[in-house]
Amino acid sequence: MSDHALSAAQPRPRLPAIPGVAIVLVALALVFAAISPNFLSTGNLSNILVQSVILLLLAMPMTLIIMTEGLDLSMGAVLTLASLVLALTVVSTQSLVLGLAGAVGVGLAFGFVNGWLVSSLRIPPFVATLGTLGVAQGLALIVSDGQSVVGIPRFLRQVYSGETAGIPNPILIGAAFYALFHVLLYHTKFGVYIRALGGNRDALTLAGVKWQRMLVAVYMLGGAMAGVAALLLTARINAGHPTAAIGMEFDAIAAVALGGTSFERGNGWIFGTLLGVLTVGVLRNGLNLMAVPSSAQVAATGALVIVALFLDGLRSRKP
Amino acid sequence: MSMSSQTAGATPRLHLSKDVVQVIYRLLAAGLLCVVLAVVTDSFLSTNNILNVLRQASLLFFLASGLTLVILSGGLDLSVGANIGLSACLAATVIKATGSPVLGTLAGLGSGTLVGVCNGLMVAKLRIPSFIATYGMLWVLHGLTYYYMGGETIHGFPPGFRQIGSGYFLGIPIPVYLMLGFLAAGTFFAQRTVWGQQIYAIGANPVAARLCGIPVDRRLILVYAFSGAMAGVASLVFLARLNSAEGDIGEALTLPAVAAVLIGGASLFGGVGTVFGTFVGALILTLVLNGMNLLAVNASWQPLVTGVIVVLAVWLDMIGRRRT
Repeated sequence: MSDHALSAAQPRPRLPAIPGVAIVLVALALVFAAISPNFLSTGNLSNILVQSVILLLLAMPMTLIIMTEGLDLSMGAVLTLASLVLALTVVSTQSLVLGLAGAVGVGLAFGFVNGWLVSSLRIPPFVATLGTLGVAQGLALIVSDGQSVVGIPRFLRQVYSGETAGIPNPILIGAAFYALFHVLLYHTKFGVYIRALGGNRDALTLAGVKWQRMLVAVYMLGGAMAGVAALLLTARINAGHPTAAIGMEFDAIAAVALGGTSFERGNGWIFGTLLGVLTVGVLRNGLNLMAVPSSAQVAATGALVIVALFLDGLRSRKP
Repeated sequence: MSMSSQTAGATPRLHLSKDVVQVIYRLLAAGLLCVVLAVVTDSFLSTNNILNVLRQASLLFFLASGLTLVILSGGLDLSVGANIGLSACLAATVIKATGSPVLGTLAGLGSGTLVGVCNGLMVAKLRIPSFIATYGMLWVLHGLTYYYMGGETIHGFPPGFRQIGSGYFLGIPIPVYLMLGFLAAGTFFAQRTVWGQQIYAIGANPVAARLCGIPVDRRLILVYAFSGAMAGVASLVFLARLNSAEGDIGEALTLPAVAAVLIGGASLFGGVGTVFGTFVGALILTLVLNGMNLLAVNASWQPLVTGVIVVLAVWLDMIGRRRT
């Protein structure tokens, strides 16, 4: 029994006994495979992976934020703004580097403000980021004047539609960032602090850790990833649009919740989030193949989240 | 620095008078805004504009008054805007199908309340944190409404029904009377009834409230049901005024509603705030947005300004709490 005290000192990924999300994923895949013959084709499966990457880029930092008992409702609006900044910069300067720098810069700025509001002013995260959501949405309307930014050059579109060594670029980008987040969460001191921030903030204070800075860093990471996702989003829709990613933070939160990261206990699981992202991707793809309108897909995702949260609540009450 | 010599027993009496002081500050702020706008713009003081401000404030207040009770109980309801969309579209369908504004009104109020009850059940029985449960509900409602409408618009309602949104009585818009009615009812409920006081108690300390024998779960469901019902009221007035229903009808109203409650002095941590404060908060926010409009500021700035106001209001509340 007392061995637990020892193993707790040695932080490592804690796997739930039954990864419920894996069962949901397999079940959904089986159902869709039975209903739609196209579902299991190589083309469609690769499609699901490619289309899930943007969501994965948002859901991974969202996992870390939720692990600190936080939330970032501004992510979709920040992604939209970053995508517009990227599109405007690339169209006017023809420089991918400048565009990406602008997008990531916007993300970092919003992440800093979010983190500062949450850590220094101690404003509850859901309302602080609801406020910055409004700010980012307003700025998106202002910089774009409510219009789409068109004339995206070919080299930017290539980022999403191109292939390197036979593998679609988005999958490579997604895999690289997944590896990065895995290392960050499980093999660095920063990762240890993030896991401690959710469960036991007082212990960190007593240990002399400046956790406020860690919290700001976590939100800035979220903003920066929104900037990276803006690159793929802009390349994918071949435009900058003032409402392009409104609400996308919800899909990210859905994936995190499905993946088994707890909103109340701060323990998270980056592989679970990957499974959650794939589950949302499979759900959307399967419903698409069945010609279900996207509005109904939104409702289905919302219902799935509520169920996932309910199950999470059940698990936490049964320690 | 030094220890306060206040005794715990004196707090409940101070509590109310502090609320009154807070509201007086906010009324002064609203008055100051009026003076500034009257000086800076020519059209602010026109009867038309004043009535316009009151009518817009009334729409915001319907939504914000229900939300006030939720925030008093220590929760948050992010689904109110999406609830307006669904309720308005359902009410519009029923009016079109039956030709009866009464049945349409019942449909709008009923669907709003039903959504609220679902929120309450999720929060009270399933123990899902309110902001995330109602956020999930937001997207469920959003999806359902868009699916149901399929991009269509329903417009053209009987004149009798449109009166509740665009009618006048003694030269004052009908929604303003409705606002004053709900203000009186809400204030009475929150301050003068046992249930209202129990909601304050739940927000201040849910564990203590439960130990005192307050049926916390039932009161929470009631609070969310109220919030949903008020979204239903707002949807009907909105519908009657616009004379058309679309899927996105209430989407932009969630953030302003939260802002109005927080400007009005309610604390996100529960147990502090008044319905009258929210009324003043709705008035202040409407004055700010109206002023921006009169000064020909692009409407794109409105979500930005509202977002900043939300954060500022919470921050000021936190400073105030730290000082006491």
